[in-house]
Amino acid sequence: MVGATKNFPGVRALDKMQLTLRHGEVLALVGENGAGKSTLMKLLSGGYQPDEGEFFLNGEPLVISSPKHAQELGISIIHQEFNLMPDLTIAQNIYIGREPRRAGIFLSDRELNRTTAELFDRLGLALDPTLLVGDLTVARQQMVEIAKALSWNARVLIMDEPTAALNDAEVETLFGLIRRFTTPETGVIYISHRMHELEQISDRVTVIRDGHYVDTLDTAKAPISEVISLMVGRDVAGERRAPQPAGDREVVLSVDHLSNSFLHDVGFELRKGEILGFAGLMGAGRTEVARAVVGADRATGTIRLHGREVSISSPVDAARLGIGYLSEDRKKYGVLLERSVRENVILSSMRDYHGALGFMRERKIEKAARGAVESLRIKTPSTAQLVKNLSGGNQQKVVIAKWLARDCDVLIFDEPTRGIDVGAKEEIYALLAELAASGKSIIMISSELPEILRMSDRIAVMCEGRLTAVLDSADATQENIMAHATHFSAEGTVKQ
Amino acid sequence: MTTPAPAEATRSPLAALRGSLQQVLAFASLIVIVVFFSIASPHFFTSNNIVSILTAATVTGILALGTTFVIITGGIDLSIGTGMILCGVMAGVFLTYWGWPLWAGVAGAIVFGALLGFVNGVNIAVLKIPPFIATLGMMLIAAGLSLVISGTKPIYFNDQPAFQQIMNLSIIPGARFPLGVLLFILMIVVAAIVLSRTVIGRYTFSIGSNEAATALSGVNVTKWKIIIYSMSGLFVGLAGVLSASRLSSAQPTGGMGLELEAIAAVVIGGTSLQGGKGSIVGTVIGALIMAVLTNGLRIISVPQEWQSVAVGCVILIAVYLDMLRRKGA
Repeated sequence: MVGATKNFPGVRALDKMQLTLRHGEVLALVGENGAGKSTLMKLLSGGYQPDEGEFFLNGEPLVISSPKHAQELGISIIHQEFNLMPDLTIAQNIYIGREPRRAGIFLSDRELNRTTAELFDRLGLALDPTLLVGDLTVARQQMVEIAKALSWNARVLIMDEPTAALNDAEVETLFGLIRRFTTPETGVIYISHRMHELEQISDRVTVIRDGHYVDTLDTAKAPISEVISLMVGRDVAGERRAPQPAGDREVVLSVDHLSNSFLHDVGFELRKGEILGFAGLMGAGRTEVARAVVGADRATGTIRLHGREVSISSPVDAARLGIGYLSEDRKKYGVLLERSVRENVILSSMRDYHGALGFMRERKIEKAARGAVESLRIKTPSTAQLVKNLSGGNQQKVVIAKWLARDCDVLIFDEPTRGIDVGAKEEIYALLAELAASGKSIIMISSELPEILRMSDRIAVMCEGRLTAVLDSADATQENIMAHATHFSAEGTVKQ
Repeated sequence: MTTPAPAEATRSPLAALRGSLQQVLAFASLIVIVVFFSIASPHFFTSNNIVSILTAATVTGILALGTTFVIITGGIDLSIGTGMILCGVMAGVFLTYWGWPLWAGVAGAIVFGALLGFVNGVNIAVLKIPPFIATLGMMLIAAGLSLVISGTKPIYFNDQPAFQQIMNLSIIPGARFPLGVLLFILMIVVAAIVLSRTVIGRYTFSIGSNEAATALSGVNVTKWKIIIYSMSGLFVGLAGVLSASRLSSAQPTGGMGLELEAIAAVVIGGTSLQGGKGSIVGTVIGALIMAVLTNGLRIISVPQEWQSVAVGCVILIAVYLDMLRRKGA
């Protein structure tokens, strides 16, 4: 009954995308980070309007004008982030905005709970409608989300990474629910990174890449390796940086058994002058490793710097030891947008720039800032320019300058080229290579495989909070990185 | 090749102009108000009256100077009004009950102010209690302690005739220019230098513009917040001494509402409650606007009830202008 096709050239996020969901099937949708899955979902649920292209429901063309309209059409979407109010009961959450009333103004909780209980009976859910949502486990909350979606008599259910926070038993319950929901009247679009789940739950798999439709395969006939090779296959932009032989260079940073609520026993080594790439899908725990190493998040495990065990309980300690973290979210965690280039450059090393009584030594600061602007080729009319007026690439350079002023040996770049245009990307790459050549040790977290392959000497791959492989650049391909990023081997920590 | 460079270059002075617009506006409003009252009454623009305006602005103004730092960090301090009263009471305890020498009693009261600020700082930066709540608690504690310590009665500085000279000593013969106003001016200069030229000022702005980024840069944000609140407390202590000196007695009641006057002065002066933006000059103009308005309305015989209405309107207008500026920026 559902046949949705849409074409829209000219949009960068999605280009001539198409998708067909058949009656009574579970269609898996897979693609790398940034392939366009979220945009596609927003289109289907009325959050965005396509610039071109058409939708069909049961062969009839239609326009999905708003999320509310999508809901009325029977298209429900379950996001990774739940839209639930923790202080209300399950029943109140499900029927929010359409509560049964008496005499127009009085709420009838009894009727509300009865309706909800009926709904749960239909779905085979054993949940008490009067429980507070905030007291439920994540898995139960997800059930509530699904029940809420189905209470609208949904015919198309779109689920975004529904198993991301679930354990195996909970995943089974979820799959049971999906199978019960899937009748000849309905269909499910199931988005997931977990390849082995697709085999269990989906009938067909649609692969998209860089906003383009790639192919749709029957799950039963398509091996996982084939799906993965369709997902990757992006061109490696630019020339690969010649990997430096790791050889006998000094181990600068060594991390063992790093664990917290996101991470499971992560261990790796970083050598002098090396770029260690961190690959993995969204939510694999790469940023969490960085935050744990610099003490921004709590974690257990040992960290050794130049062979000596160190204790890092906050970014203050990390900075003192010469470990700098450059966040993926520059505007939020990297720069002071409303302050000048000059102030940003010395933010980490302020103590070197004030004299007795705390007076700032403006001439020395200006000299340092000018030096940074020149050596990093930061494009700014003056060092007094506010950082918010610089381009993304130049803001990134300001953050780099900040850590160089602190004389850091270890630099952790989290998505160093996110939000930076192509030309500036090349400059950042050149800068990274220069820094490594000058003896800095660099961890580069990136969701772009071509970038990882191009820059790294070695590549650490993460999946679901675990380090699943450390590959030498020479052996690494997009396919084997993606294979390690989508399902982890039981060995746990891999060390090299 | 030709266009991008000049576009970048012109953006910066424009942005700078927008940034100081609120101060220019505040200063212009001050002039307009002064001119208005000068025309409305011949008694307004006289040297005597100007001195009394400055005298009236002194205590609130000094409180506002310290609070400017706190507000630029994105915080707030509601305890400065009653804290000031408590510092005055402590000055009375040190000097009258314990018989400390004048310098020690005054220094003790000022350090006591810093101690109150330190406790606020610890509650906010270490225990992570939101500034509004932490200082609300301190406001009530200070109000209560003033009454407890003084036994709910004023403490008179009869044995310390020199104490009342701190605020009232006329430093220019014949002109009735009190020492307290000179101290106010001195504190303005000190605060302006600390905010713009020292490492404390630099961290004040960086915490206010992006606390998370500052912390991730390896700055000990906890420590600096405690320092900033403690420093604001020094101003509270000094204000307490001056206010007690002016009355030559420590009055254990009152002080409530004074913190809001000080915050109003800071906000009228263009310091944003969101943090990251602000200046000492702005705060001084804000404090003067409040003082001029109160004084002028009284001189042209506006009933006291209506004075309050007028001040309230000024605050609303000032904050609305600040929001307009933000939207434009």
